[in-house]
Amino acid sequence: MTLPIIILLPLIAGTMLALPAARFGRNAVAWTVAAVTAGSLMLLLRELPGVMDGRPLIMSWEWLPAIGLNLSFRLDGLGLIFALLILGIGLLIILYARYYLSATDSAGKFYALLMLFMAAMLGIVLSENLLMLFFFWELTSISSFLLIGYWNHRSDARRGARMALTITGAGGLAMFAGFLLIGNIAGSFELTKVLEARDLIHDHPLYVLALVLVLLGAFTKSAQFPFHFWLPQAMAAPTPVSAYLHSATMVKAGVFLLARMYPVLGNSLEFEWIVTTVGLVTMVYAAYVAVFQHDLKGLLAYSTISHLGLITFLLGLDSPLSAIAAVFHIINHATFKASLFMAAGIIDHECGTRDMRRLSGLWKYMPYTATLAMVAAAAMAGVPLFNGFLSKEMFFAEALELHDLGLLGKIAPIAVTLGAIFSVAYSLRFIHDVFFDGEPKDLERKPHEPPRYMKVPVEVLVVICIAVGMLPGLTVAPLLAVAARDVFGAELPPYDIAIWHGLTIPLMMSAIALAAGILLYWLLRRHNLHMHPREQWTAPQLFHRGFEAVVALSAVITGRLQNGSLQRYLRLLVIAIAILGLWPFLQHGYIAGAAALTPAPPLAITVWGITLVAAIASVALHHQRFTAIILVGVVGLSASLTFAYFSAPDLALTQLSVEVVTTALLLVALSLMPQSGPLVSHPTDHTRDALLAIGAGAGVTAITWAVLTRAHESISWYFINESVPKGGGSNIVNVILVDFRSFDTFGEIIVLGIAGVGVLLMMDGLRPHAGAPATRNDQPLLSAAARVLLPFALLVSAFIFLRGHNLPGGGFIAGLVTATALIIQYIADGMAATSRRLGDDATPVVGVGVLIAGLTGVASWLFDAPFLTSTYAYFQLPLLGAVPLASALAFDLGVYLTVVGATLLMLVRLGKVTGPVNSMRVEAS
Amino acid sequence: MEFLLASALGVTTACGVYLLLRGRTFSVVLGLSLLSYAVNVFIFTMGRVTTGAPPIVTTGVSTYTDPLPQALVLTAIVIGFGMTAFFLALAVRAYRDSGSDHVDGSEPVHPEKRSP
Repeated sequence: MTLPIIILLPLIAGTMLALPAARFGRNAVAWTVAAVTAGSLMLLLRELPGVMDGRPLIMSWEWLPAIGLNLSFRLDGLGLIFALLILGIGLLIILYARYYLSATDSAGKFYALLMLFMAAMLGIVLSENLLMLFFFWELTSISSFLLIGYWNHRSDARRGARMALTITGAGGLAMFAGFLLIGNIAGSFELTKVLEARDLIHDHPLYVLALVLVLLGAFTKSAQFPFHFWLPQAMAAPTPVSAYLHSATMVKAGVFLLARMYPVLGNSLEFEWIVTTVGLVTMVYAAYVAVFQHDLKGLLAYSTISHLGLITFLLGLDSPLSAIAAVFHIINHATFKASLFMAAGIIDHECGTRDMRRLSGLWKYMPYTATLAMVAAAAMAGVPLFNGFLSKEMFFAEALELHDLGLLGKIAPIAVTLGAIFSVAYSLRFIHDVFFDGEPKDLERKPHEPPRYMKVPVEVLVVICIAVGMLPGLTVAPLLAVAARDVFGAELPPYDIAIWHGLTIPLMMSAIALAAGILLYWLLRRHNLHMHPREQWTAPQLFHRGFEAVVALSAVITGRLQNGSLQRYLRLLVIAIAILGLWPFLQHGYIAGAAALTPAPPLAITVWGITLVAAIASVALHHQRFTAIILVGVVGLSASLTFAYFSAPDLALTQLSVEVVTTALLLVALSLMPQSGPLVSHPTDHTRDALLAIGAGAGVTAITWAVLTRAHESISWYFINESVPKGGGSNIVNVILVDFRSFDTFGEIIVLGIAGVGVLLMMDGLRPHAGAPATRNDQPLLSAAARVLLPFALLVSAFIFLRGHNLPGGGFIAGLVTATALIIQYIADGMAATSRRLGDDATPVVGVGVLIAGLTGVASWLFDAPFLTSTYAYFQLPLLGAVPLASALAFDLGVYLTVVGATLLMLVRLGKVTGPVNSMRVEAS
Repeated sequence: MEFLLASALGVTTACGVYLLLRGRTFSVVLGLSLLSYAVNVFIFTMGRVTTGAPPIVTTGVSTYTDPLPQALVLTAIVIGFGMTAFFLALAVRAYRDSGSDHVDGSEPVHPEKRSP
């Protein structure tokens, strides 16, 4: 359980505790998250000996095995180095940020986000499953977005955050696609399996595509050219974030991915070419740009890009020593660059600016900080005795060994020396411009040394720089060996990390770089480096322009499609459906079947004629709404007759009773709305809609004709055969509803209930018609008749309900009949009087109905049967004899109650708004 | 018989669609009702049409009409009613709140397009 806990500690405990702890001040929250981080670190150190012995730790739990997603964790040498960096530097950053954040900044939010990031980053380096790795990868992008935008009142922070998220997020998606390809080829997303499938992947035709996709992820994350431009924009983040995410850890996720996937994807010509070229270009280009930055953090950002290029270059090479050099430089860069960022933060904090044209001569005011920064800068420049020198020498040595890369192999030594020269120049500029070179220019305050503990993290890192630089064999060599073996995927040849290898070519290159770098800086100063215009690099501008263009384009498309007119949306919908319906006919042609036709009796022809007349008349007269309701009702009745004629008694009954309540509902609603519609739409609209409607109608006719003239192969034999033996009822439709497909029915009555409650809410707060007359009863005859009718109607519905399992009827129909009977009471006696008698809130009835239906389903669990399993038995009842009683009857009771409740709810709620129901009739006629 | 069904379904659908595309909520509800009838009968006829063979198991009878489309349509009718009710409530509410029974919640802004 250790590995998931290492991640879960910051993910859950860290993020949850940070906000409440922040109420007790910055110290409290810093201590809390530091404790969480230290806890993770302790757990990690406990596993350290085993990993150092070359036994990677793999823990796996199945999660969604069907899609290959397991909760699998892996701790090997590579992961260990990264996890140590993340947690170790994380601790220092927590301490540093405590003093960096001002009292007005929300420390809780900062530390919570920092913990989220830490967990995500740990997740990447400890993932055994590629899909899980992707998940954490995107989580780092999101937490980075939130941290860059931490000061969300600043527009540059928001812009930078958005850009970083777009670039790294898009790269992450590409990587995901690559992972899916790899997983498909290898048959698993588990790294162990994927590593075994190396040859399979290399020989696959999609290898290059998968490679490029994964590389896109790595290059965007590690800010490699041409995706580098988001990193300088991300410097709008608070400096601890820049130090932690954007130099020490997150941007290393890209190179981590390269290292992780090297044994799978690497050691091919494609891999070597792409990765080394990109790395080399990035390294030289960014180092050059860094020299001309005036912003301290800008300089460090480009320097970071350059060093990431260096590491990428090394990882592209197919040599065991380059793997060691790469891992070594990852550690070294993390230490010296994080300390430089922290120093830059201290300077910014104490002077109020990071502009090197204004900062000068700070040596006098903060000699201690200056010394620390100088050591770190020397390591960055590759000065002997500091750690940067060692890895850079190995890098030079590797650059000389590119024999199989043709032209690139010849250029590489020159290019890397050039990059190193720039690197020396900008390191020198950092020191000289800030700490020497005269007096500071118009600073807002007099600079002084920062608080004691703000310097501690810098000190720790600087000590590491020196210790590793002087005693590499004692400090990092064992770790390096374990990690590099995981990267290279095989045992390493003997090698030696030392300061002195004799007078070698790499040493010469170092010397040239140092001398030429100093010379370059001196020349640039003489030509007034400070007047150099701010960066003219167009990548961010291009990005912004592209971004705005995409937004504008989508605004245009949205504006065209969504002009706010519902009519237009419906039109588009109808057109789309018509096209979908037409498509198969266009492809395969229209063929009517050859089945024998049935003759039409005169009655059918009469009903047909009435239907057509009513439908067309309802359109022609739709402005006269009352008439239209009647005409639509006629069409409904003929639908009901159709059901009755074609052996569907249940449907006929349902349609008939629905017809009654729908008409009542339409009349109630009409009384609340204008009695006639205006003629507003344009004549061309009418024509277009008419054509559309005729098209839709013709389509339906065509499909119906094509189907009805073909023979029928029913899939219902099961229901017909098993209705009596399994469902205990001879009405097959009812047995399907309450037994075979009762889960569907359960969902449907819930929908009906929701519609009822929806009406309730919609009518909530609506006042009755202004000036509605007081309750009065002018229908004594109807009232009396209705009262007499009610018990009979209820009796009929009970009869329909009970016989439903065997004969036409059932809960739906019985419910509608009951509701109709009750509604008549409201109409006859008026709303107020009936409400007094029967209550006016049917909502509980809906609830009870759904509950009964649900409980019937749950009850089957008691008998170890799945939800809604039904059973039946015969009971001897007095007078009636043997009566089959199915448990489905209880379910049908739920259906019945829901239908009654929902129907009443709808009609009574709408009716209430009209005031006395009697007024409806007056207005409607 | 088949022709009668097919043509009646087509006409009802056409009328329903035409009303559905009108600008006033009440017409839309009426159109929706017509369309529901058409769709329900359409689904029902997909099980073919038979007379005098209701899906009630009776001893000595071996042919029944297809019960499955009937079961589907039965709930569809009731759900259709619920939808009509909800839509009517929405229409009433929108009319009360905005003073217009146009589907967009306000009267059209192009009076010159009005035909008498």
